[in-house]
Amino acid sequence: MSEPQQPILEARGLAKRYGQVVALDGVDFELYPDEIVAVIGDNGAGKSTLIKALSGALQPDEGEIRLDGKRVRFRTPGDARSAGIETVYQDLAVAPSLDIASNIFLGREARRRGPLGLALRMLAKRSMRRDAARHLQELKIGVQSMGQPVENLSGGQRQGVAVARAAKWAERVAIMDEPTAALGVKETRQVIDLILRVRERGLPVILISHDMPHVFELADRIQIMRLGKRVAVVTPQTHTMPEAVAIMTGATRGELEQALIKEGPPAELPEEDA
Amino acid sequence: MRDPQRQLRRPTRRTLGLAVALLAVVVATSAIVAAASATTASKSANIKVGLITKDATNPFFVKMHAGATKAAKRLGATLMYAAGKSSSDNAGEIAAIENMTTAGVKGILITVADGKAENAAIAKARKKGVVVIALDSPTVPQSATNALFATNNFNAGVLIGKYARAATKGKKVTIGMLDEHAGSSVGALRHNGFLKGFGIKGSNSQIACVGNGEGQTATSQTAMENCLQKNPNINVVYTINEPSAAGAWTALKNAGKTQSATTIVSVDGGCAGVRNVRAGVIDATSQQYPLLMASRGVAAVVKYAKTGIKPRGYTDTGVNLIAKKALVGVRSKTVKYGLANCWG
Amino acid sequence: MTSETSAQPARAPSPLEWIRRFLAAPAVGPFLALLLTMAFFSLKSDRFLQGPNLSLVLQQVMVVGVLAIGQTLVILTAGIDLSVGTVMAFGQIVMTKFAIDQGFSPLTAIALGILACVAFGVLNGALVTGVRLPAFIVTLGTLNIAFALTHIVSKDLTYPPGTSGASTLPSQLLFFGRTFTVGHTEITYGVVLMFVLFGLAWFSLTQTAWGRHVYATGDNPEAARLTGIKTWRVLLSVYTVAGLMYGIAAWLLVSRTELGDPNAGQTTENLDSITAVVLGGTSLFGGRGTVIGTLIGAIIVGIFRNGLTLIGVEVIYQYLVTGVLVILAVAVDQLTHRRRL
Repeated sequence: MSEPQQPILEARGLAKRYGQVVALDGVDFELYPDEIVAVIGDNGAGKSTLIKALSGALQPDEGEIRLDGKRVRFRTPGDARSAGIETVYQDLAVAPSLDIASNIFLGREARRRGPLGLALRMLAKRSMRRDAARHLQELKIGVQSMGQPVENLSGGQRQGVAVARAAKWAERVAIMDEPTAALGVKETRQVIDLILRVRERGLPVILISHDMPHVFELADRIQIMRLGKRVAVVTPQTHTMPEAVAIMTGATRGELEQALIKEGPPAELPEEDA
Repeated sequence: MRDPQRQLRRPTRRTLGLAVALLAVVVATSAIVAAASATTASKSANIKVGLITKDATNPFFVKMHAGATKAAKRLGATLMYAAGKSSSDNAGEIAAIENMTTAGVKGILITVADGKAENAAIAKARKKGVVVIALDSPTVPQSATNALFATNNFNAGVLIGKYARAATKGKKVTIGMLDEHAGSSVGALRHNGFLKGFGIKGSNSQIACVGNGEGQTATSQTAMENCLQKNPNINVVYTINEPSAAGAWTALKNAGKTQSATTIVSVDGGCAGVRNVRAGVIDATSQQYPLLMASRGVAAVVKYAKTGIKPRGYTDTGVNLIAKKALVGVRSKTVKYGLANCWG
Repeated sequence: MTSETSAQPARAPSPLEWIRRFLAAPAVGPFLALLLTMAFFSLKSDRFLQGPNLSLVLQQVMVVGVLAIGQTLVILTAGIDLSVGTVMAFGQIVMTKFAIDQGFSPLTAIALGILACVAFGVLNGALVTGVRLPAFIVTLGTLNIAFALTHIVSKDLTYPPGTSGASTLPSQLLFFGRTFTVGHTEITYGVVLMFVLFGLAWFSLTQTAWGRHVYATGDNPEAARLTGIKTWRVLLSVYTVAGLMYGIAAWLLVSRTELGDPNAGQTTENLDSITAVVLGGTSLFGGRGTVIGTLIGAIIVGIFRNGLTLIGVEVIYQYLVTGVLVILAVAVDQLTHRRRL
């Protein structure tokens, strides 16, 4: 990543206001191929709003989003999804009574070929199951049977299914919104390993997390948000965890000018952010 | 977002298990009760008679059930009993007709919930050789059943109509009428009988209000309250039955009316109703005899089973006017007589 | 999930666990209950297991059964439909009135009656999705609206009016009350239709994407929405299909009673349809259950009514037993499907 390349996903000057409250105040963001970017910030720093804008869950009042350099407008999560951006939510966004394969294919069910599929709209259950099983195997998610309801799985396995679903359908970007917040220590470990494997498969990941050690373990770059603004972009190499936290909480003046990024792309950033 | 539920569920697990166990006991008990009554039933004689009433709680039907049970015992027949969930539960009555037919009854005695709704099922039962006798309420047409054992409901209405006319002679009259519900054949007969006895037509301007009380106290009270809103001068009230009359009186009383200023008439002659006549709440009621309807019905079915002679036509089981205050020109029986012959 | 996960040993299922799992399998519990009930009554009455009697039970079940298909769909989405009975009554009055009074052709009249019910379904669905009102409230409202319309349109008359003995309704309206004979048993066409409708519902729910979306919407609506399912469309379609079922049930009811009865559907049908669904093992919290279970649930209720009459027990015991069974079914659902974490 020594020379600037085109970001896969990029945002410029995103702003969102709710009455008097400014949730996003001209925020920039960029995600390059093959990297994991973490977004951190205190509650109310605007990281959720930023992610919602990127995943189509809300529309910003100002600013633009570019995918592969082309301007895009996401009106619904569906728009973002069809553009190849998948999101995993913290609260285990699965349908517990449906089986694993059904969850992986939920909303994207494959129909049978021939008249059964065309006229009767019959599902290709077997091939979906096979496909799901292969996909989970590739991601090294071990579950006994594709046919068991997700509610019978442990929390980590369930989130594994959610991550696997995102990895399966995300062509451009996977967004992980606090994917481990509801999990125990061991299960968190499993999901972190899984996120690394997803990145290895060539899918860039945006990670939102409160958990500093994990952020520093996973992320290539860390975007720090405070009071609706991007205050710094750091890397685990240039900054320590306490430094990052200090910027995040405002203890250190973490304006972008001071947050030196010795390597890596966004060289043009400082001018834009006042 | 499901977490609170999860927390709640944990401690309730044992309680739930206990509840399930308790329920299992209840199921077992009721199964035994059912089985026990089944064996006693199947031990007795082979002539089966079915009785179906509109509901199982109205004292009128309770009395009918009692009369039928007694008669069946005396004649060595087996009585099967079923009832609708409410007075307009046609589906329940139809299913009961079908099931009793399958169970092999010789005859069915039924108080139909609707003039017509049960006719198709009755026709099917009759086709299979089951004699069907309507009790209390006629079907429309009456020929849908083999026979009708009933009070002459029209006459019952005429009697109280005449009484009300005599009681209000010379007064300015404003009438409120509380019917049962639309489609009730009995209701129509009593209603029209009252008008005949009172000497007016349904379009008469003295009739200030006609409401549906479903023959129930609470519903009738509501209906009468609304009638009084429409015309607060109501001083003559016709009611389909005595529970309805009780409800109507509560509404009138709450509106500041006195017993002497209002004339309430009703039909049925239930014990509670006659006691209300004694108390002055109801001025007069037409007493009918459900026990007689049922016992004669059972006898007719047994006779058919033994001789093959089917009951036919209309059998009047009688009606008497019960009034506390006898009026000139209207024949009535005393409260004492009413209490001696009342039901419920 | 990874190699480390295997350190977390899969709990070895105890025999009790196996029984629990078996009972938790869809429709197994209801099916066992059905078998037990049938065994009990066939021991008590030699008439019970005979073809004509079983055919009769099905005939008595067909109206509530078809209503319960619609109810199942609604309950699977975590809703509830209280308007089933009165909407059906309205459809039934529209059918018979249009056929007799307005001189429409019988099939047009039937279509209008069914359409009236579909319209109520759409109304329910639109209020639930568009205005985001709870299904309980919405259908409590439409229950009363349909009740009122039934009485206004019919002017409280039973159709056909008049006093003739035989039904004067056109034969098309009575078609599903007709029978054909297999062996010595007369089978009602309406019963066949009921089974066909259950088959279609089963297929749609288990073999199509729509069915998956119905389950997902009831199970975790937020998750369903986030995976790109248009949950409002799923809900609207569910209520509409339910309305269609009520319309067909109206036709079946007219066929069965041979008239249009403004007092139909008030007392028992609403709760009977919910009873059938619950007895069939469908969870009132949505997302879990099968339409086959509902069929079994409906038949269990019918069998109790029929069987208790055959052995000479008063029908009132049917309500006692049904009540106990309903609570039992819900308790079993709670015990077997508790989320484990």
